[in-house]
Amino acid sequence: MDVTGTIDKETQRKAAMLVLAHAETAEISALLDAIAQPEHLDLRTPEHGLVMLRGRIGGDGAPFNLGEATVSRAAVRLASGEVGFGYVLGRDRVKARLIALCDALIQSDAPADIVDEQVLAPLRAAMLAERGRTAAEAAATRVDFYTMVRGEG
Amino acid sequence: MLTTIADLPTGFADKVFAAQSTFRAVMEAMARPGSRQRVPADTGAPAGLMRGAAAIALTLFDHDTPIWLDPQLGHAAAWLKFHTGAPLVVDPAGASFAMIAEGAALPELDRFSLGSNEYPDRSTTLILQVDSLTEGCVYELRGPGIDGTAILRAALAPGDLGDRLAINATLFPRGVDVVLVHDDTVVAIPRTTRLAAVED
Repeated sequence: MDVTGTIDKETQRKAAMLVLAHAETAEISALLDAIAQPEHLDLRTPEHGLVMLRGRIGGDGAPFNLGEATVSRAAVRLASGEVGFGYVLGRDRVKARLIALCDALIQSDAPADIVDEQVLAPLRAAMLAERGRTAAEAAATRVDFYTMVRGEG
Repeated sequence: MLTTIADLPTGFADKVFAAQSTFRAVMEAMARPGSRQRVPADTGAPAGLMRGAAAIALTLFDHDTPIWLDPQLGHAAAWLKFHTGAPLVVDPAGASFAMIAEGAALPELDRFSLGSNEYPDRSTTLILQVDSLTEGCVYELRGPGIDGTAILRAALAPGDLGDRLAINATLFPRGVDVVLVHDDTVVAIPRTTRLAAVED
């Protein structure tokens, strides 16, 4: 694969993660079930763990340990060799595995477009619609404050 | 050629129960030196690593346990790293566990960590793959956990393992614990056990 091809794949995987991380487990599952899935196995069965969250005061201060967060992760390998990884905040092991499967599918050539069209596109649309709805709700309650100028009007 | 992630064998099929039963088997083996325990291991393993040894690795190794691999097991490093996260060390003295596939090339035992008198538990535990735990030379075992003597028939390499383990008697409470593995069977020789070859 040429360099641009690799970068495109990376971008595509990142974009997919952005959508999948915000999607509901049931939705991903339903959409994935609807498409043909190649043979795959769990390279790393889904598991929970803790990650240390680090913070910096003001974004540029000295780093400190903020606290630990629960994370679930999984790795799935397709019969054709592609390995996908899924990490999600929380204890949703099923979601971690589904994300790993999507990640693996995106890396393989043929199913990538199918996944993009039939799984990611609806999820992306739902995510954008939800964001648009929340933004509209917030906008409807917006209050503009004007500074009254004292003196002659 | 380096092993890529696409070629890695899987780990335990059922992580929690497999790790629990493997732990139990190793604990029983340590409590009754010389007894054969079966590791119920439904696990993938890289070439050269026996199922039992792979199961022990998946159960006991983590990022806090530096491990040392003998040169024969170099290609298993990627698998161990992926599934256990354990760091590899070059110096056996810094290892919590050492995995040995080729017993004949076992380094001198004092090159491993022997622990300190304050912390004897900080020693290296050797996981030694052997050719057989049912055939071969006869050894007589004595020590805590054994009522009188226990007989172990095994093809041990190196051949002078019994003599080498004599340092466990001299150094006590320091010393190394050894876990012998053949396929999915394990036998432990903790540092309190005295091993003597018996003439047939």
